[in-house]
Amino acid sequence: MISLTLNRLAQAAIVLLLMSFAVYGLMGLMPGDPIDLMISADPNLSAADAQRLKALYGLDQPIVERWLRWLGNTLSGDFGHSRLYAAPVLQVLGPALANTLLLLGSSVLVSLIIALPAGIFAALKPYSMRDYLINGLAFAGISIPAFWLALMLIGLFAVQWNLLPAGGTGDLQASGFWQRLQYLILPVMTLTIASIGGHIRFMRGAMLEVLRQDYIRTARAKGANTRRIVLYHALRNALIPVVTVLALEFGTLFSGALVTETVFAWPGMGKLIYDAILGNDFNLALMALLLATGVTLLGNLLADLAYAWLDPRIQYQ
Amino acid sequence: MKSLLIARPTLQRFLAHRLALTGGVLLCVLAVLIFSAPLLEAALGLDTDTVSLLQRLQEPSMQHWLGTDELGRDVLLRILYGGQVSLVVGLVGAAAAALVGTAVGLVAGYFGGRCDMILMRFTDGVIALPLLPLLIVLAAVDLNKLGLPAALTQAETVSLYRIIVIVALFGWTQVARLVRGATLSVREREYVLAAKSVGAGPLRIMAVHILPNVISPIIIATTLSVGHIILLESVLSFLGLGIQPPLPSWGNMLSNAQELLWSAPHLAFYPGALIFVTVIACNFLGDGLQDALDPRSQLANKSR
Repeated sequence: MISLTLNRLAQAAIVLLLMSFAVYGLMGLMPGDPIDLMISADPNLSAADAQRLKALYGLDQPIVERWLRWLGNTLSGDFGHSRLYAAPVLQVLGPALANTLLLLGSSVLVSLIIALPAGIFAALKPYSMRDYLINGLAFAGISIPAFWLALMLIGLFAVQWNLLPAGGTGDLQASGFWQRLQYLILPVMTLTIASIGGHIRFMRGAMLEVLRQDYIRTARAKGANTRRIVLYHALRNALIPVVTVLALEFGTLFSGALVTETVFAWPGMGKLIYDAILGNDFNLALMALLLATGVTLLGNLLADLAYAWLDPRIQYQ
Repeated sequence: MKSLLIARPTLQRFLAHRLALTGGVLLCVLAVLIFSAPLLEAALGLDTDTVSLLQRLQEPSMQHWLGTDELGRDVLLRILYGGQVSLVVGLVGAAAAALVGTAVGLVAGYFGGRCDMILMRFTDGVIALPLLPLLIVLAAVDLNKLGLPAALTQAETVSLYRIIVIVALFGWTQVARLVRGATLSVREREYVLAAKSVGAGPLRIMAVHILPNVISPIIIATTLSVGHIILLESVLSFLGLGIQPPLPSWGNMLSNAQELLWSAPHLAFYPGALIFVTVIACNFLGDGLQDALDPRSQLANKSR
């Protein structure tokens, strides 16, 4: 178990390293490098000044050397300065990550509260009317474009009925619980609908698989009723693949959060990455992307560990 | 004769899958509608690209069946032309991704050993990445700095090619995994051994003996990825990084509509609804193909 953890951690580190190099290189290919920005801000700068500035900041060196220097700085705790927010990168990332985790956590929670019973309910009577209905809804959830759903929800709840705010977080200091909560409802609803389909289908599949096992038939033969069979005998085993899928979902969740946060102007990681890339804020974009990747890889690691822990039959070489 | 015998039950199973049939029919109807846009344009006597500020945001009428947008352009025609872009990106992107995935999967599965390990670790790594943020970085890259010829980077359709390349770069993983799995089971069969013993090289064995036997998972995964890619394209275009106006796409139409949500909410409805219908049709179709092409997986699949 320990060697598995170390192995996976080493792999995650390698992925992060490769990714940082690739993104670092790509950032250099985006329009508007720092010197261009300085020139556009100050018309008195000549071409010679630009050259000197480039040499001063080391931008005339080959990409690998620049990347190595960036890596050295980062590993020694210097994460750079955000141009857009005029603050150290770490100070910007912290609150954004918290906001995103709040959003993702609530939506995953709501989604599971609905999806688990729905999946079990569908699996108890496969190919019945209710199974088709639940399955159809799950398919719809998987196929719906999240950003369009967000627009439609804003159109209904904010524009038409004027019930909820269309975006933002409200005043963070001076407001009570409800004032905070109402800004959360529409984004959470969007993310929940977008992720619930997958959850339902996985829960249904896992439950069907387990209900076919011999020990369930034995339990039935001994006279256990459906309720006891599902809750006591089947559910625990059926949850194993669902837990794994949840942890593996981190990458997808971040993508969903990016769209949802952008539409609702929710100040989280997704919107941060989007703004940083579009606003030529290289330091921030790079660190935010790496943080998002790191969290995703951590989720995958947890999935592997949870799997091995929940199902002792699994053996990793 | 033999192929007929195989095709028959496959077709029957497919037709029995009512949702898949619905998906297939829906896609056909959509394709016909979308590609008949020039006919409709001629019949209504309109031009899609003409901007007419006097006819901004009109209600639906005999001439403009779904009304006009913020620049006085016909909404229906723009949706149909946008559909052409979305469908082309979805189909070509999925095909390109399938090509890459098939190559990776075949090589990994056939050669096995260290080659397999490296390729699959790489695939797992790509799967683990947060997709959308990375796509945004790629979409923001300045093509001129890549050293591509200006004739290409300045073309109006460059955003179309670029998005196809981008989705193909990340869309191949599912196909690669499935093809690798299927190849692993096929390569141990006697006929592969027979081919080897008469001196066939690895390329020939992969292309002639293995590929035809792993075609089912390729078709299934590709169909499912068409919907996924259309979604990705629309998200990127919505964020302003995919298909660039004036070329219409369902995603960038929604991007405009977002700003007009308070004054003209109906503009936001149609493009998104069409994305939704197209993607769900692709998913139904892929699900049905899975049952039809792979009867052995039927039990396992029905339980999903």
